[in-house]
Parts: sequence; C-alpha cells; structure tokens
Amino acid sequence: MSSRALTSDTSHEPFNLYTRGDRIFGFANTALLLLFVLSTLYPFIYILSASLSSGFAVTSGQVTLWPVDVTLAAYEYVLADQKFWIAYGNTLFYAFFGTITSLLIMVPGAFALSRARLRGRRVIGFMIAFTMWFHAGLIPFFLNVRDLGLLDARLGIVLAFACNAFNVILLRNYFESVPASFEEAARIDGASDFQLLWKIFIPLAKPAIITVALLCLVSRWNGYFWAMVLLRSEEKVPLQVYLKRTIVDMRSDDSFASGLMSTDYSFETITAAIMVVSILPIVIVFPYVQKYFNKGITLGGVKE
Amino acid sequence: MADAALDRESGGGSVRIMDGVIATPELATPPAFSSTGPGYDFRKAVRTLLSDMRRDWQLYVLLAPMIIWFVVFLYTPMYGLQIAFKQYSLFRGIEGSPWIGFDNFVALFSNEYFLRAVKNTLLISFYSLVFAFPVPIVLALMFNEIHHQGFRRIAQTITYLPHFISVVIIAGLVVSFLSPTTGIVNIILDRLGFEKIYFLTIPEYFRPIFIGSNIWKEAGFDSIVYLAAIAGINPALYESARMDGASRLQMIRYITLPSLLPVIMIMLIIRVGQLIEVNFEYIILLYQPATFETADVISTFIYRAGLQNNQYALGTAADLFNAVVALVLVVGANWLSRRYSQHSVW
Repeated sequence: MSSRALTSDTSHEPFNLYTRGDRIFGFANTALLLLFVLSTLYPFIYILSASLSSGFAVTSGQVTLWPVDVTLAAYEYVLADQKFWIAYGNTLFYAFFGTITSLLIMVPGAFALSRARLRGRRVIGFMIAFTMWFHAGLIPFFLNVRDLGLLDARLGIVLAFACNAFNVILLRNYFESVPASFEEAARIDGASDFQLLWKIFIPLAKPAIITVALLCLVSRWNGYFWAMVLLRSEEKVPLQVYLKRTIVDMRSDDSFASGLMSTDYSFETITAAIMVVSILPIVIVFPYVQKYFNKGITLGGVKE
Repeated sequence: MADAALDRESGGGSVRIMDGVIATPELATPPAFSSTGPGYDFRKAVRTLLSDMRRDWQLYVLLAPMIIWFVVFLYTPMYGLQIAFKQYSLFRGIEGSPWIGFDNFVALFSNEYFLRAVKNTLLISFYSLVFAFPVPIVLALMFNEIHHQGFRRIAQTITYLPHFISVVIIAGLVVSFLSPTTGIVNIILDRLGFEKIYFLTIPEYFRPIFIGSNIWKEAGFDSIVYLAAIAGINPALYESARMDGASRLQMIRYITLPSLLPVIMIMLIIRVGQLIEVNFEYIILLYQPATFETADVISTFIYRAGLQNNQYALGTAADLFNAVVALVLVVGANWLSRRYSQHSVW
C-alpha cells in the first residue's frame, strides 16, 4: 500500500526525487502508524469477540482475537436483565431531553450575546467565559443541587448540566461570523429579533448547532460521575452508572461472579456484551460527530 | 448577579462604543441638556441605556434563561464556597453556620492524605506532560507523511474514536485486560513464562496505566489541532526543499516542526494551565485503597471526604484551594502566552 501511495504522490512531480532513504522512511512510518491504528482497534475487537464467545473459552484464556465457541448467551443474559433496559431507557431520556434543554437555553442566549448592539454583552460574555477558568468545585456544586431540591431527580440531571461556556462561545462565534447584511436585510423587511433568530440565524448556523447538539449528546451518553453522585434510586440511573456497577464494582464481588457459573456465559462475557451494546450507538453516530465537529469548530473560529 | 453587573456597566463611559451596528434614534436628539453641567453625561448615558434596552428587549428575553442558568448552577456554588471558612452544618445551612476563619485550611494542610493528593496530582500531571503531550505531535507528523488519502482518512477516524467512548468503558477495558486471571496481558505473561501480576493493586503501576490508557484514548483526537496547523503550511516550502535535495526527515526537521512550534507552545501553555486538573472521574474508576498511595489526587480526595464521608467544609476548603490554584495557573499561562506568542489563549 505504501509504495503505491508514494508513487501516486510523486506522479505530478516533474521528476521523482524520492531517495531510497525516503522510501524506507515512508515504509517505516506507514508500518508504525498501522501498528498504532491496530492497537487502537484491538480492544474493541477483543471485547466484541469475548462477548460472542462461550464463558469457558474466555475464562480459560482461549480468546485472544477471534471468538471461540460462538454463542449469543451473554447477549441473551444482558438483554433479559430488566435493570439493563431501565438504565438504557434512562440514558435515552437524559440524552434526548438534556440535549433539547441545552439547545433551548444556549442557542437563543448565544444569539443575543452575538449582537453588537446588546448592552452589557461584554460583561455577560466575560461572566460566562469566567466559568471556564474558575469553578466552585464538587462540594459547593453538590450542596447547591441539594438545596435546589434536585437530588435524586431526573429534572436535576437534565437541568444541572445544560450549559457550558465552551458551547456558548462556539455558538456565539458562529453567530458573529454571519455577515451583517443578513441582519440589515431582515430589518428592512421589519423582522423582530425573535424572527431574526428563528428565520435567519438558526438556519444559517445549522452546522454549529448540530455540532453543539452532538457534543451534548455524546457527553450525556458518556457521563457517569454526577449521575452516580446525584441519583439514589435504582430506577433513575443511566446506563453508565449501571455499567460502572457491573463492570467495575462487581468485579471485586465474588458472589456475583460465582453465582453466574455456566459454561455458556461468564462474568467476562457478560461485561463484554454490556460494553458492546453501550458503545454501539456512539460508533453509529461517530462519523457524523466527527464530520460536524471538525466543521463546526473551524467555522466557529472564523470571523468575518 | 447578572443584573448588578449590567447596572455597573451602565455607569461606565465606554459602553457607547459597543452598539455600533444599528443607529439609535437617540443619537439624533438635539443636545438639549448641553448646558446643565457635569451631571448631564451620566443622565444621558442612563437614558440611552434604558432606551437601548427597551429597543432590544427581545434580545434580553432570549438571553434571560441562559443568564439565570449560569447564576443558579455556576455562580451560586461560588457563593457556597464560603463554607470553606465556616463550621458547616446541614441544619444551619450555608448562611447560618458560624465562621471559623482558616480552621478548615489548617486541618486540610495538616492532613497527610491531602498533601499526598496534592503531590500525586502534580506528579500525574507532570508525567502526562512528559509522556503524553508529545504523542499527538508525533502522530500528526506521521499522519502527514501518509500520502495515500484513503488509508490516512481511515487511520485518523479510527484513532479519534476512543475519545468519544465513556471513561467507564475505558476503565472496564483496562480492568478486563489487566485482570490477574482472565486478562489478556496476564495470559501473555503466563505463556511467556512470567509470573502473573495483579497490576491494579500495585501502586507503582498505577501512573503508567493511567497515563498509558489516556494516551490510547486521547492522542488521536488531540492530533487534530496539529494536523490543522500542518495543513496551513505553505507547500512552496516543501517544493523548494525538495529541489534542494532535502530528505523527508529533513523536511520534517526543518520545515514542519518549526512551523508547528507556535501551536506546540500554545498547547503546552494550555496544559501548564491545567496542571492541577486531572481526569478524576477516570481515576475513581481505576483506583482502589491498595493504590491510593500513588493514585489519590485532590479531586478524588474531595470526593471521598465531602461526598462519601460528609466532611463538607473540609471538602469545600480543598475545592477552594483547587479552584484558586487552577485560576492562578490559567491566568499565568495566558500571561506567558501573550508574552511569548503575541496572542492570548482565550
């Protein structure tokens, strides 16, 4: 692959200036990078294989790359667990409503902040950016959520993590980069600020808004710490907390692992199956996240 | 709080500069009060401010939820930081609890576990700087030397992926790979004739495991910023270097790396600004009492003291210490950046 790559690159050159050393370098570089890529991929392949192998094959160390004694027993076990479905449903709930709430608060706010005629925008903008450099920390945040009566509440999870300064600034920069002529034209047609946002700026800022939505979605999907701290009831807990309890906490709990003794599935294959099922949505949306992420960030940084 | 800030700004003289885009009718008003003395400027400023605010009322409506959110969820906890100086009790609340000066800080700094946590935080950050920081740079240089666009795109996409996977999964992977009985690492060690090692219970292994798995997770994604910088390098530089007979390594050495230097400096400064912040959510998943010796950092200390043992005031004192040091580092890093690279990080 690498040699073809090199020749295709030099084909547009008037003459080939690659020396032998360059070719060796190119080959070594490709090989090293391939190694890095494979080592990135390997853990994913391994858990996929482990989740599809029999419990005995995994515990006896036969599985290293491909599945051994292929079986869906681990998936059957996981998908039959009611707690798993509750947690999955909760995560969908938090991801959906959390992202909607984030957009409802941050998009209009960032739009207002992007208007140069807004009095006080400098001070407000600074106050928002300041939260990136100074945060009160775990305990004051926790006590505040408790004082608001949002402990062990779904609303608390949705609301308390709705905004962050980074996303607000990303959106504001994007709105600022919209040429002033759009606003002037809309003004001449008698548009109000609400109409300006809804009809002109939201359609124009779609890449930035989708970027922020995807960032919110991924962070909602992956967040576990505050859900673990703030939620007490089992039926409100999202997937990541369920995962943490099963994968990390249960590992030390021998009674759980030994209670599972069956040759078809084991503790290892079950955790592998849970991991696969919870990574899957991320892998599916990942190409879009990546595309919009690059686009949104670069466009957001560009000013007129 | 935001309203107060708004009012304060109205008193300032520089506010008029900011509403440039749309001319306000007030500007056309004849200077009726021009002879009323020094008080006139202020009053007029207030009047134009009020009429500007009336004109833009819809913008304030759009802004209000966000301001309320920041005040309620981020600024109110800052007010709550005062319990670092109080003998906090749940029943008396933040304001009702008596002031005790610096007693909590005295307790904090005479707590050997806290001092150990400070040391561990700095050590983990320092080792990350040494071992993890250069990896994305090298990776970006390597990606750049791949001329097969298809392979390059696939390779980049795959290395970005772990960034989007939750730390719970990453910890689960680490735990299962290093498991003493069924982990693949120990199976290999066993087959090669070595003793099996229960890595996660041995303090010496914690930092390499933590930093190594972080490199695995983030290096690909962190290379994006360097790749963007490389894309901005003038291709004519490479062409003329090639004409002069430069090898690919020489071009990296004399063109790509020097062109990357400003970005590397900025990223380095940002990292220095974050020296006190480590990914504690990940540490909580990986550490256990056996490895606290090297793994316990400030935030995990706060988590255990405050959220697990209900020592709220002690935890808040540690939070305040953490926040102030972080702020000082960030401001200092930005000052450095302004000084040496002519532009501010924020």
